[in-house]
Amino acid sequence: MIRYLLPATVFVVLVVFLAVGLNRDPTRVPSPLIDKPAPTFALPLLKNPDQTLTHRDLQGEVSLINVWASWCGGCYEEHPILVALARSHQVPIYGLNYKDQRAKAMEWLEEYGDPYAAIAFDENGRVAIDWGVYGAPETFVVDRQGIIRYKHIGPLTAEVVQDTILPLVSRLQDG
Amino acid sequence: MIPEIGQFALSIALCLALLQGVMPLAGAQLGRSDWMAVAQPAARGQFLFVVIAFGCLTYAFIVHDFTVLYVWQNSNTALPLHYRISAVWGGHEGSLLLWALVLTAWTFAVTLFSRSLPAEFRARVIAVMGLVSIGMLLFMLATSNPFERVFPAPAEGRDLNPLLQDPGLVVHPPMLYMGYVGMSVAFAFAIAALLGGHLDAAWARWSRPWVTAAWVFLTIGIMLGSWWAYHELGWGGWWFWDPVENASFMPWLVGTALIHSLAVTEKRGAFKNWTVLLAILAFSLSLLGTFLVRSGVLVSVHAFANDPARGIYILMFLTVVVGGSLLLYAWRAPRVGSGGTFEPISRETALLVNNILLVVAAATILLGTLYPLFLDALGLGKISVGPPYFAAVFVPLMLPLVFLIGVGPLARWKQARIGELAYRLRFVLIAAIALGMLVPLTVAGMNTILVAVGITLGAWATISAIVNLAAYVQRAHRPWPRALAGIPRGIYGMTCAHLGIGVFIVGVTLTSAFEVERELRMAPGDATELAGFAFQFHGVRQVEGPNYMARQGRFEVTREGEAVATLRPEKRIYRVQTSPMTDAAIDSSFFRDLYVALGEPLDRGAWGVRLYYKPFVQWLWLGPLMMALGGLLAASDRRYRVTARQHAGLRGDAASVPTSTAPSPGGA
Amino acid sequence: MTPKRKRKLTLIVLLVLSVGTATALALYAFQQTGSLLYFYRPSQVYAGEAPQGRMFRIGGLVVDGSVKREADGLTVRFELTDNAATIPLVYTGLLPDLFREGQGIVAHGRLGEDGLFRAEEVLAKHDENYMPPEVTESLKAAGNKHPAYVPQGKP
Repeated sequence: MIRYLLPATVFVVLVVFLAVGLNRDPTRVPSPLIDKPAPTFALPLLKNPDQTLTHRDLQGEVSLINVWASWCGGCYEEHPILVALARSHQVPIYGLNYKDQRAKAMEWLEEYGDPYAAIAFDENGRVAIDWGVYGAPETFVVDRQGIIRYKHIGPLTAEVVQDTILPLVSRLQDG
Repeated sequence: MIPEIGQFALSIALCLALLQGVMPLAGAQLGRSDWMAVAQPAARGQFLFVVIAFGCLTYAFIVHDFTVLYVWQNSNTALPLHYRISAVWGGHEGSLLLWALVLTAWTFAVTLFSRSLPAEFRARVIAVMGLVSIGMLLFMLATSNPFERVFPAPAEGRDLNPLLQDPGLVVHPPMLYMGYVGMSVAFAFAIAALLGGHLDAAWARWSRPWVTAAWVFLTIGIMLGSWWAYHELGWGGWWFWDPVENASFMPWLVGTALIHSLAVTEKRGAFKNWTVLLAILAFSLSLLGTFLVRSGVLVSVHAFANDPARGIYILMFLTVVVGGSLLLYAWRAPRVGSGGTFEPISRETALLVNNILLVVAAATILLGTLYPLFLDALGLGKISVGPPYFAAVFVPLMLPLVFLIGVGPLARWKQARIGELAYRLRFVLIAAIALGMLVPLTVAGMNTILVAVGITLGAWATISAIVNLAAYVQRAHRPWPRALAGIPRGIYGMTCAHLGIGVFIVGVTLTSAFEVERELRMAPGDATELAGFAFQFHGVRQVEGPNYMARQGRFEVTREGEAVATLRPEKRIYRVQTSPMTDAAIDSSFFRDLYVALGEPLDRGAWGVRLYYKPFVQWLWLGPLMMALGGLLAASDRRYRVTARQHAGLRGDAASVPTSTAPSPGGA
Repeated sequence: MTPKRKRKLTLIVLLVLSVGTATALALYAFQQTGSLLYFYRPSQVYAGEAPQGRMFRIGGLVVDGSVKREADGLTVRFELTDNAATIPLVYTGLLPDLFREGQGIVAHGRLGEDGLFRAEEVLAKHDENYMPPEVTESLKAAGNKHPAYVPQGKP
């Protein structure tokens, strides 16, 4: 009897490992920036090149930083969610316009709506590199002290906003 | 409307699968023939409704119905019709639908060709397949509905992944799935036999043609995948030991073991427990392959979206199906008798060693595939297991296996004599070794041990297969044309498959030893020489495909001044997905391929270019084709059809079965 | 010996032999160069955690503007970063289709004493969120009015 149970036993061990493996994403590279102060930057605003947005503007209030571009399909996908979130006035959203052209970006906002409190224009993507951006879209949660608390890679979904980002934001706002 | 019909059809199919999975099983247990009778109509109905669902999705692709999320994700108005049809299984949801279609098609085939089986057994087989189908259909409807709508409807689709826009990918997945899922028939036979407590020679005989048929599809599927990687990925490689490739190779190895062990169980009544375990393992590994590909636990070039919800579902499904059947095995197998006895030197032993080698090979590949997962789960760092591991572990295991190809078929059942075997095979051995020495010395002027060993093994497999066939002719004591005609197809099948292995080994040896690769910068007008062929580059020009733009290079290949071929490799950019793709140009012939791929544009019209001379590379696909043909011959052997009609009188207890007095045909 | 016992003995001998061989083979195979490749991030390499002279994998983003081609057209030098540290790499050969500045890649190779990583193989990650803007521009020019959709969840 015992030896006939051997295949089943081996299988159980295998399943345990597979279950553990499922909860780990092998492609994920942990962001070294979580719980670190947001990298310093100073960029011209998209809509008004004479003014700048800097890392100091992010301090004092919990905020979202959304990396986007008019050429980016995922941004188009998540855009309605950002617009709805902005309308609810729960948290200000700053945009980091990434490797884009000013005119195209403005046209894009015209067409699909502008959820952003302010948009920094990162033409060559240097600041995005400092922020560890892999590609657009990405969204960061930054707390009152200007420390990055969370990073979401890829388009936001309603679930991510409801289940992860908003609870985190309200905790940070209360704390 | 059509997509809703498709989804509705899937729901009905699920209901029918429930009926098909539960009623006949209960009926067989309680001895109620009216419940058991549900199996056939339910299975056929389920097949019909899955066909309808599949048709609906195909229709949505053909008419560009982008309101269907899946169509939007995987198609485009510029996509040619044949790729729109193959796009049906180009993504996650659709390939599950194909899986379900193939499963119900196999079940349908079982209802057609199993009328002579005892009613109870047949009901159980169909029910087990129904249970598997419940799992797949539920998975699809719960987590991966291919008919999900998207509002508002996008005007244009995202297009099919360019990597999949290739003729190889049109047929590769269906073939592979026919193989994967075909193993479910053997699995269902095994479970039904365990449930009924009748593991005997008759069971083995019923299973054999099904296993062989599934194995044929799996062989062709893997071969097509390799062929696709060779000409589409642009690296000139044909096997990468990628997790997904391994996932298809493991069931193949175990399936090969199963084919051989079924022979022993049928002829000698031995290895019954082992055979049943192999049947369970072959299908379990197919399911594991599905899990690995679908869940994203492993990084792979083929891996689909990483969706933990899907992964958890498949893992649960895997646990229930595999865990359940292994427990059933542990419970039932001890009661199965051990069957005929045999001596250490016998055909049984040869086949047993064959089985052990194949299963150990599959196990080491499984270890290598999952090792990164184990280490990561234990927090020991992120690693990847590369091809050197697989080559180092796999090749040594195959050496004795190839040796057995020559010995096994000539060895007698029960007890063989070494002297006789050595006598019969002495010339084969001498010839094989002579060829192995000769080829590297004369043909290419290269003398490597690897080539010598490879050629020796290839020659050994080939010549011994022919000698073995000759032995059958000799034993028939008839003039050879009549003797040949009298040999059963199963023997021809075995010979053909073993010849295919010889061809494959020769191909692998010569390709890897004598291939010449060069990467270089070429400006228009530049010429270079590779393995006696002169390649002249004539620059690139813009060309336009239906849904891509490409820069197409032109290379004139000459040999000693005579034109050999014009090769036109392309660098494509697909309009919608915008990913660049390398499309290699290949001039194939029986003894060599010339392969050109464009790298990237450099300064002043020059390009980075990759050139290959690959001798005997076509043999890599010719070999598996011969194996598949051999399987086809074996599966169509007359005796399976005859016994099907004769109700396999071997079964002792079958009261419902008319007794047959005819002797078992086809003696081999 | 009775036939049954003989058979049992054969089985046991075969089993022990095969399991032993398999274990030995697997252990031997794991020792082969390139069999087991550990993965390091540039900051780990920078911190000296990666071995010198042994093959390993490094993954990160190609630093914008760092890609330099040598005169032969095939040798490429570039820098790889994880935004915490940057490591220089050199590679001779054709780069994969998806290799781009700013794109995530994985390279196999060895770290030299000079701190230069000599790559023997470069693989571009199929990062589904990233699309080089230049390409999108050229495509839009080709007549796609809508912002192109980025593929997701593809093999």
